[in-house]
Amino acid sequence: MGGNLFANYEEVVAMILFGIGFTTLLLHRNMIKKIIGLNIMDSAVYLFLASKGYIEGRLAPIVVNNVTDMEVYINPVPSGLVLTGIVVSVSVSALMLALTIRLYRRYHTLDLDEIIIQSKKEGK
Amino acid sequence: MSRLKKNYERSFFYRFKKWVEGEYDPFDGKLEIKNTNRVKKELANHTQNPMEVFYQEEEEEIEHATEEGLKWYQKIYKIVSVVICLSIISVLLITVSYLPKIGNPDNPDNNEVSKRYIEKGLEETGATNIVSGMILDYRAFDTFGESNVLFIAACCVLILLRYDFGGKDSANLKKINAEANDRIYEPKNDVILQRVAFVLVPMIIIFGIYVILNGHLSPGGGFSGGAIIGAGLILYLNAFGFKKTERFFSQKTFKWTVFSSLTFYCLAKSYSFYTGANHMESGIPLGTAGNILSSGLILPLNICVGLVVACTMYAFYVMFRKGGF
Repeated sequence: MGGNLFANYEEVVAMILFGIGFTTLLLHRNMIKKIIGLNIMDSAVYLFLASKGYIEGRLAPIVVNNVTDMEVYINPVPSGLVLTGIVVSVSVSALMLALTIRLYRRYHTLDLDEIIIQSKKEGK
Repeated sequence: MSRLKKNYERSFFYRFKKWVEGEYDPFDGKLEIKNTNRVKKELANHTQNPMEVFYQEEEEEIEHATEEGLKWYQKIYKIVSVVICLSIISVLLITVSYLPKIGNPDNPDNNEVSKRYIEKGLEETGATNIVSGMILDYRAFDTFGESNVLFIAACCVLILLRYDFGGKDSANLKKINAEANDRIYEPKNDVILQRVAFVLVPMIIIFGIYVILNGHLSPGGGFSGGAIIGAGLILYLNAFGFKKTERFFSQKTFKWTVFSSLTFYCLAKSYSFYTGANHMESGIPLGTAGNILSSGLILPLNICVGLVVACTMYAFYVMFRKGGF
């Protein structure tokens, strides 16, 4: 173990959130809850990126009074990456929910095991 | 407690109790007597094809076996998945404990890339918001890809959830059914909602426009402003119904707005990159930093992105609710 576990508490929280999301994704049989788990994992990644870009005592990267010194502002690159990630996660959530609606119309259940059993029966 | 279980009668404890009380014969139903059942069934169903009966029984047996297998599989699956999750969390936590401390200016991620963006960003893009200048100038094609991702997601949702496939009668009937069904859930003439929406919707949309237009000066930009405008449109739709929104926002509006925004974005940024790569004068003035009309192409590109995002948000909502505009 390295020594920075408690100093990096934001990243620790992000990793625990990631684990919670992954557990939700694996353990729940309801499709909607699986999608919620995936969204929790997304949020954990954003938290991790945002905490990576933070520098203590510095300002948000918006130029005030024409001061363009690196010592004044935080790192702008992770902020841009988080923006990209949010857009992609919104699209993916919408697509997954649409597919779930189609599955519900076909099998009248959201339970994944039930859907698998029914589809296997139809395949015989 | 175990009496509350559904399959209590098949549990080990119940059978053990029965055996102690002498009510349970461990060989019951497990010897050749079992076959009499099949013979009886065959006699009862002698009009049917015996092979069919056999297949039926076999199918039942397979079903029974799969149910048993599923139960075991689920137990093992739960244990294995919890173990996998815990091991992933512990590996990640060990990695985090070796990462450099948060907020330290000497961390390796604060390298020459962010230095270049901060020190030259205002001079080269003219945007006070460095993040905005970064995503809409240096990495503009990345943002173009993001807008396309949103558009493609909207198209896929449209394909998956659309009701009127262009068919003749059955599809039309489906559409009519969907609309009738939607009327049940639509709060018709809800006075409180309509009054609140009457006050709030213009303010929300104006705030969204403000966020988009000030994207290069303050926090915000096309994505956040577009999401705000989309939320305002959805509130308007919820309060006043589809008939009123169809006056200014139909599928045609969606199609042409998104198409023209994406085309303008692509052409403008291609021109800018082409002239930049060939060391030519692009002729796009950067203006004075801090004014609304400044920073070259960033303002029109922000407007394009905002339009795409607002239309996509509204389209997602409409599609999920009714399956069409």
